[in-house]
Amino acid sequence: MTGIITRSIGVLACASLFLSVQIAGAQEVPLISGGVGFVTSTNGGNTTYLPVVSPVLAAPLGSHVLVESRATILSSISPKPGQGYDHDAFLGLDYLQADITANRHLTVVAGQFLTPFATYNERLTPIWINNFQSAPLIFSLGTMQTTHSVGGMLRGSAVSNAHFNFDYAAYFSAASTNEQFNAQRSSGGRGSFYIPAAHLEIGGSYNRLLQGTHENFGGVHLWWEPADSSFRLRSEFATGEHARGYWIETGYRLHRFGGDHGFLSAFEPVFRMQQTFRSEPDPNDGLPAANTQQADFALDYHLPHEIRINTSYSRQFSSTGDRNIWQTGIIYRFLFPTWRGK
Amino acid sequence: MSRRAQFIIIVCAFLALLPVIAQKGPSPKSNAAHPETAQPAQKAPEPDGQRVFRQNCARCHDAPQGFPAQVSGTVLRHMRVRASLSEKDEKALMQFMNP
Repeated sequence: MTGIITRSIGVLACASLFLSVQIAGAQEVPLISGGVGFVTSTNGGNTTYLPVVSPVLAAPLGSHVLVESRATILSSISPKPGQGYDHDAFLGLDYLQADITANRHLTVVAGQFLTPFATYNERLTPIWINNFQSAPLIFSLGTMQTTHSVGGMLRGSAVSNAHFNFDYAAYFSAASTNEQFNAQRSSGGRGSFYIPAAHLEIGGSYNRLLQGTHENFGGVHLWWEPADSSFRLRSEFATGEHARGYWIETGYRLHRFGGDHGFLSAFEPVFRMQQTFRSEPDPNDGLPAANTQQADFALDYHLPHEIRINTSYSRQFSSTGDRNIWQTGIIYRFLFPTWRGK
Repeated sequence: MSRRAQFIIIVCAFLALLPVIAQKGPSPKSNAAHPETAQPAQKAPEPDGQRVFRQNCARCHDAPQGFPAQVSGTVLRHMRVRASLSEKDEKALMQFMNP
C-alpha cells in the first residue's frame, strides 16, 4: 500500500512538473527550494546527530493553481548504551497541496496541508527559518499531533487597507491512517489582525478534534516588531482539555553594530521562555507529564550564501527532573528553478 | 522549581526585552528581495512593495540573497497563500521583485 502511495505521489509530482513546464509564464517557472542541514542535540548528556534535508517543490499550473509540497528526510544517529550508536531514518511529507485561487479574497487549498493553528506550524517549522532546533513544548496542542491535515481549507485576506489587515483560514480534515497522509478528523480555523502602524499582529485559533473523545483547542498569538528596530517578539498561548502553555520569543539582529554586512551584524541573540501547565494526565497530547518551565538561549549567525549557524542552550525545570539541552546546527537554504525558462 | 531559578528566568526575560527599550536601529531585512541584486538600505520613502515584503515575508524569514527572475512569480504565488496577501499587496510585491 505504501509503495502504491509513494508511486502515486511521484507520478503526481512528475505530471505537475511536466504540465507546469508546458504552460509556465516567464516568471512562473517551477522551483525547488528548501534547506539542508546538520544538527546535533545533547539532552541529558546524550548527543544525537541529525543530518536533514527538507526540499520544497512549487509548480504553478496556469494562472489559478499552484501545486506545492515539502518533505523532510532525516537520519537520527543516537547513542546506544554500551553498544555504539543506533541509526534511524525518516522520510515524511509535510504537505502536498493544491492552492486554487478563487478570487482576490479566497484561496481554496486541497490535499495535505499544515494545520492552521496559531503561528508556529505554518510559519516557523522550516529548518532554514526557525531560530531554535526544537519546537515549543506546546506545539502539539491544536495541531492534532500529526501537524498536518488531509482535506480542504479556505483562506485569504478578508480585509486589507492602510489601517489594518484581517486574514483567515478555516479547514476540515478527514481521518487518515496512511503512513504519509496520517491525519485526524478535525475542523477549525484561525483569524489574525495586523496593524501596520504598530507593526503588531494579534490572532486567535480554535480547532476541534472530531474523532474519539472530542476535544477543543484554543490559542492566541501576538507578534510585534517595533518600527525602525531589529527587535522582534513572537508569542503564543494554547490551551487544550488537559493542559495549556505558552512561549514567548524575543530576538535582536545586531544590524546596528557594523551595518548590514558587518561581522557583528550577522549575529542574532534569541531568547525564548516557555511554560506548560497540566490539569489532568493525558499521555496523548504531547505535552510534558508535569508542569514544566524552560528557558532557551540561542545565538544564531547568518553567514553569506544562505548559510546560518544556530546554537542554543536550554534549561528545563520540572518536578520530574531538571535538565540541560544543548543544540547546534548548520543550515544551508537553496532555491533554484527547475528549468531555465523563456 | 526553586526561587533562584525563577529569579534567573525573570532576569533573563527582562534582559531579552532591553533592546526594545534601549536600541533603535535599522530594520534592513528586506534589502535583498530583488532577484539577482541586493540594494543597500535607502533613506527614501519606502516603496509599497518593500513595505509589503517587510510586513509579510520578512517577519518570518530573511530575504533570499538573490534568486533567478524566472521564479519570482512562483515565489509570489507561494507567499500569496502562506502570508494571505491581498491582491493589491501581491501586485506591489511583484513590482518590487521585478523593478
